[in-house]
Amino acid sequence: MILETLSTLFLVLGAFFSFTGVIGLFKFPDFFTRVHAASVTDSIATILIIFGLILRTDFGLVAVKLLFILIFMLLTSPTASHALAKSARHGGLLTLAETRAPKKEDND
Amino acid sequence: MAEFIDLVLLGMLAITALRVIFLKDLFAVVMLFGIYSFLSALIFVNLDAVDVAFTEASVGAGISTVLMLGTLALTGRKEKTSNHPALLPLLVVGVTGAALIYGSLDMPPFGDPNNPAHQHVAPRYIEDSPQEIGLPNMVTSVLASYRAFDTLGETAVVFAAAIGVLSLLGLPKRDRQAIESGLKSHLVLRVVAKLIIPLTILFALYVQFHGDYGPGGGFQAGVIAAAAIILYALVLGLPMATHVVQPALLKTLAALGVLIYAGTGVANFFLGGNFLDYNMLASDPVAGQHIGIILIELGVGITVFAAMLSIFYAFAGQAERTNIQ
Amino acid sequence: MLALAATSIAILSVMALALARALRADTVYDRILGVNMFGTKTALFIAVMGFLSGRPDFLDIAIVYALINFIGMVAVLRFFEYTATDDTQNNKESS
Repeated sequence: MILETLSTLFLVLGAFFSFTGVIGLFKFPDFFTRVHAASVTDSIATILIIFGLILRTDFGLVAVKLLFILIFMLLTSPTASHALAKSARHGGLLTLAETRAPKKEDND
Repeated sequence: MAEFIDLVLLGMLAITALRVIFLKDLFAVVMLFGIYSFLSALIFVNLDAVDVAFTEASVGAGISTVLMLGTLALTGRKEKTSNHPALLPLLVVGVTGAALIYGSLDMPPFGDPNNPAHQHVAPRYIEDSPQEIGLPNMVTSVLASYRAFDTLGETAVVFAAAIGVLSLLGLPKRDRQAIESGLKSHLVLRVVAKLIIPLTILFALYVQFHGDYGPGGGFQAGVIAAAAIILYALVLGLPMATHVVQPALLKTLAALGVLIYAGTGVANFFLGGNFLDYNMLASDPVAGQHIGIILIELGVGITVFAAMLSIFYAFAGQAERTNIQ
Repeated sequence: MLALAATSIAILSVMALALARALRADTVYDRILGVNMFGTKTALFIAVMGFLSGRPDFLDIAIVYALINFIGMVAVLRFFEYTATDDTQNNKESS
């Protein structure tokens, strides 16, 4: 019973963080903040939801598989975000501060 | 609940397809096709067709995306505007679509147990396969034993496709020195990829040999193993990958897989059975079925692995050659 | 059970929003970001759905999704670095 309550709590929190992530994907002003929003919430939502599911198993093979998924996604998802941000930086995308700064100079 | 999820997924599928039609940037189109495959695999999962979903996710979303990107690297990423008048194609599409919709009016109702599809051979498979073959995953029993001829045909098609691509593009030669190229500046990506690749190969072996008990089998395992080597080639460059898995070896492996499959079938001749009838492989028919299924799944896995990887090598080798020139 | 159903619907709507982001993106990078988020959420969705319908063998497919998503991302980045250099070369030639 305690386990199920905990699991529900984890699942709801995970769903909440997923939502904040995807809202950040729309609302943040430049690409790098958007990557940040997406990748941070992705990690925390994955951890919470997978743990919430593990608490609902009988801690056998299914739990091991879930742990495997968790490790896998914790390795790949931030790496993909990092590589994407790096690639964008190399491709010449500027942060919001940098795009604003030259404009000020122009005005001055 | 399941119907609701189905409807939402089908809606997303339709929107993705419409967006693909109107986009001119082929690079974005390829990515959206990846999403399209993911979505259709999700629909298969929702319909409980787990094995099909497995294949769609690994082949449709994984290998095809990589191969289409390889093609784009050769052709360029902008769609050319066509000069042809659009009236005749529109007419053909309209008539065909109307005919298809008209045909769907006669379709049996969704999910009705009295549908013809559930009355033909399915009851026999469901009732008799536990005694005759005794595998928990009935899909594998049907695929590898009852319908072994079809699967042999499919394996031969994959083999023929690899031969076709290789005769057009040719395999890259193995370089004398293994030069590291690829995503050089992405240090984190390289380290993580090196961690992921062994796990992936392990998972491919699990899928290969666990296919009798759960979703999976030779096709999916071959594709996942090929995906691991493709990841290696993407991150560390093609020359490194051709050093690990040599192109000449792939040619042999692709033929060897089909040979194992057909050889298992022929072996039954000499033991007094029919072609691809595994009952004679052991003293007990059920044990014979198990041995036969494991052998032909192995053959399928080897052929699919070698075929997929050699097609990727052919595309990537061509792309690197044009890049150098 | 209710919590699982609610979570699956929540993840489904997050997937829909990420898809919307991937469909209408300002830059290519935003599109890739949307696609990546869609992929990870799909893997989670399959895991939750497996529990919802009592079929834990769905988890194998969730692993495949996570794996394929990563490989797709790497392939996209690799291709992008190819063509990005190509484009700059073309621009130099044309200018």
